[in-house]
Amino acid sequence: MMAALSTLSGGLRRPLWPRRYLLAAVIVAWVLVWLFVRGQDTLQLGGAELTPLHARLNEGSEAIDNSRNDNPLFLYFINYIRLFLDESITFVQGLISQPSFGRPLPVIGWLGVVAIATAVAWLYGNRKVALLTLAGFVSFGLLGLWEESMDTLALVLAAVALSLLIGIPLGIWAGVNDRFNRLVTPVLDFMQTMPTFVYLAPLTLFFLIGPASATVATIIYAVPPAIRITAHGIREVQPETLEASTSLGSTPWQSLRKVQLPLAKRTIVVGINQTIMAALCMVTIAALIDAPGLGKSVLKALETLDVGTAFNAGLAIVVMAIVLDRLTSAAGRRVETAHRAGRAQKPGRRRIEVAAVLVVTAAAVYLSHVYVWAAEFAGDANVGPYVRRGADAASQWAQDNLFVYTSAFKNLITYSLLNPFEALLTGSPWWLIGIVVIAFAAILSNIRVVIMCAVSLGLLVGLGLWQDTMVTLASTLVATVLVMILGVAFGVWMGRSGRVDQVLRPVLDAGQTMPPFVYLVPILGLFGATRFTAIIAAVVYAAPVAIKLTADGIRGVSSAAVEAATAAGSSTWQVISKVQLPMARSAVTLATSQGLIYVLAMVVVGGLVGAGALGYDVVAGFSQLQLRGKGLAAGVAIVVLGIMLERITRTAARRADTVARGTR
Amino acid sequence: MTVIRTGPPRAIALMVATGLFVSACGGAKVGESPSAAQQTGDAGKKACGAVNLAINPWVGYEATAGVIAYVAEKKLGCTVTKKDLKEEVAWQGFATGQVDAIVENWSHEDLKKKYIEEQKVAVTAGSTGNKGVIGWYVPPWMAEKYPDITDYKNLNKYADLFKTSESGGKGQLLDGDPSFVTNDAALVKNLDLNYKVVYAGSEAALITGFRQAEKQKTPMLGYFYEPQWFLSEVKLVKVNLPEYTEGCDADAEKVACDYPLYDLDKIVSKKFADSGSPAYDLIKNFSWTNDDQNLVAKYISEDKMTAEEASEKWVNDNPDKVKAWLPAS
Repeated sequence: MMAALSTLSGGLRRPLWPRRYLLAAVIVAWVLVWLFVRGQDTLQLGGAELTPLHARLNEGSEAIDNSRNDNPLFLYFINYIRLFLDESITFVQGLISQPSFGRPLPVIGWLGVVAIATAVAWLYGNRKVALLTLAGFVSFGLLGLWEESMDTLALVLAAVALSLLIGIPLGIWAGVNDRFNRLVTPVLDFMQTMPTFVYLAPLTLFFLIGPASATVATIIYAVPPAIRITAHGIREVQPETLEASTSLGSTPWQSLRKVQLPLAKRTIVVGINQTIMAALCMVTIAALIDAPGLGKSVLKALETLDVGTAFNAGLAIVVMAIVLDRLTSAAGRRVETAHRAGRAQKPGRRRIEVAAVLVVTAAAVYLSHVYVWAAEFAGDANVGPYVRRGADAASQWAQDNLFVYTSAFKNLITYSLLNPFEALLTGSPWWLIGIVVIAFAAILSNIRVVIMCAVSLGLLVGLGLWQDTMVTLASTLVATVLVMILGVAFGVWMGRSGRVDQVLRPVLDAGQTMPPFVYLVPILGLFGATRFTAIIAAVVYAAPVAIKLTADGIRGVSSAAVEAATAAGSSTWQVISKVQLPMARSAVTLATSQGLIYVLAMVVVGGLVGAGALGYDVVAGFSQLQLRGKGLAAGVAIVVLGIMLERITRTAARRADTVARGTR
Repeated sequence: MTVIRTGPPRAIALMVATGLFVSACGGAKVGESPSAAQQTGDAGKKACGAVNLAINPWVGYEATAGVIAYVAEKKLGCTVTKKDLKEEVAWQGFATGQVDAIVENWSHEDLKKKYIEEQKVAVTAGSTGNKGVIGWYVPPWMAEKYPDITDYKNLNKYADLFKTSESGGKGQLLDGDPSFVTNDAALVKNLDLNYKVVYAGSEAALITGFRQAEKQKTPMLGYFYEPQWFLSEVKLVKVNLPEYTEGCDADAEKVACDYPLYDLDKIVSKKFADSGSPAYDLIKNFSWTNDDQNLVAKYISEDKMTAEEASEKWVNDNPDKVKAWLPAS
């Protein structure tokens, strides 16, 4: 319906001026007005100052703390959830990572776990993925991090299982019921953009220190993709198919089970994949409340600025992410081909294959249960120290030798781009910013978004952190510009060449899943504790998404158009700029919107490296009792900012799409 | 044998499996030998039970907690569980009954008020013997080149040196982790200094800053504290602010004096203090010097020992000090 609305408004308001001139006019007017009213109504608030709202939030959270022992909700509900979560994770840990059931070692040793993982990859994916899984799991042992990796795996698997248990039914509901879908979407936005730091400390009051809190924190972040993507998969089923099934007399329940779910299966597997990735993102942050595993190793290493050790553990997280990603993707593809081809493989052959794999796995599990060599990864096969020393040397070399260039680059960007832009944003009165944002929304999207922006701006003023919000907004937008420069440059390169894609993809995966805490020290050494360092951290995290989406868009451009242009004598550059990029415009806009959300996800990490503003407010709220309310307000401000910017760019993308389709 | 004909991968898999079985025959079985070590540990166990130690995220704390945990386990036969937590979350653990002791507390008057006075779930267990110093520091090369920089009165003269892209034309004073006590914004204002406080947001940012400043010979002025392992790598020099006098920091807005000397103390849960556990006596009696802590912290940070190894080494080297902490039974 939204699409129909925007098409309508796009059709009705066939612009007198092209929109880019309108946008430029707004910006020029903004700067002119700014020159006159600079510094008025900027709503500043000092570092330790609180507004009445922040004080009230403080009191509210205090009241919840104190009622913990006599509130029936806690006594009868939350305590049981906690017990259930603690027991489930301790059970999985007992199976694969911790001494348990009276044994000095876990029930299944390394050989058994490796065999099970490889078997799953083989049976549900393919041989190539099985090989990758085998190599990946063995590498945990080789890095000297077997136990930590298994702790992390246990936590991730438990959190993912629970997320799917909650997420898939809710996703199906959102898929078939429009009202529920509309209701749940803003809640999911909130869960995904609210910085974890805000609810991490209060969580330990509800679910106590330990695996239960860590799991809940992970689920809050990991369940939205499961719901969203499942709903999307259900909705994608062609209405004709559904009508056919209804006209054949199926009840809605039958249609769902026999038609919609089987057809959405592949998309649901994508949802599982995204849920796993989101869960892995939380590994390091959950370690702040004593979650076991690799995250702890990373944080411990950060205390002594031990880049090597942090990198070693980070590498294990990246390997785990890549293995699980490729495994679920392969499983998804298999579902698709199986669906298309029916049962192509001879069932007899398949049965023998399955039996053989199961027998070997069972043997390995048995061995790893009984014999020490198969249970405990041999300590002398440890390449961890080499990885550590290598990473240390690289980081040291970079900090010693590149410092001059990097700090010059930092100064160039800060003085030429960031500072003037920030001065414009922080120096403008709040009402001027409001007018500018609403004008942008009106030009780029539709009336609904304009109303939403007005409400959001009101909320931002009400939260009492306007000035900090503007500083964060300036850094966010500069980071997004850098993300898009990289996104387009590498995206085009990757989209045009399969080989480049193959080489770059693992690097991008690493950028997305390597915990930022690992590279904080080297980038701090290169750029100092500055807003620019925070921008770099955000770019490292957000650029991979933008690059991948752009590359997909470029690849989606029909080869006929490219061939026609080449045949007409266009140079490579002309093909890119006149054919591929314009035709992939909606993909590029989508990349911008996603890039922006990913940049915002790093605001809090930015607060740890000198970004100040909202990110620092959140970190301070996590560390200081009297600033808790302010931290909460800052978290909400980040969410509001995120939702507002995302809606503007998303509707703009949709419009670009319809405009592009309309003119061609 | 029909299985082998279905393809080479399965044949290989089977061969590997057979190979594993054959080679397994000579291997040790789980639960045979490794548990022997555990049993000797169990033998010395007296009535101590479980102790939950909060581990706050800095190396000095880990050194103190490591030594206490080592002594409690080896000499008293306790079962020590270490929980990695930030300060605020650790204090919450007193209320939920999940933390028994915090063994290096830097003041935190607000938390003391909430958990000791109001909720009455925690009590202090005396000083650790460590003295905490907080203040403004410069890298050693600067103190050498500009000897008078260590007096706050001369800071304005050098403000230009400390300008950065973040400080908006003034000198930059870099602050670190927001968990730590700071009056810096008020100090800058009340001492009329032409400086701006920039919040780095983490200890890692602060230490990396000082490390680079010394190595690249770039100017830096920042908030820092001792005891801290980094000072054994780079001997930062403290800038003298107006001397601290009793009560000069009473009004947070009007502070114009240096930070007081902090007596770092231990906090335990009320429940644990009343339990009569010998581990409580150990924690109450525990006391050592800044040099002691710095040494163990150095083992951990520079020599890359684990907290256990470092504690073992120190305990073995200092039997007399350890003896004084043990309950007199």
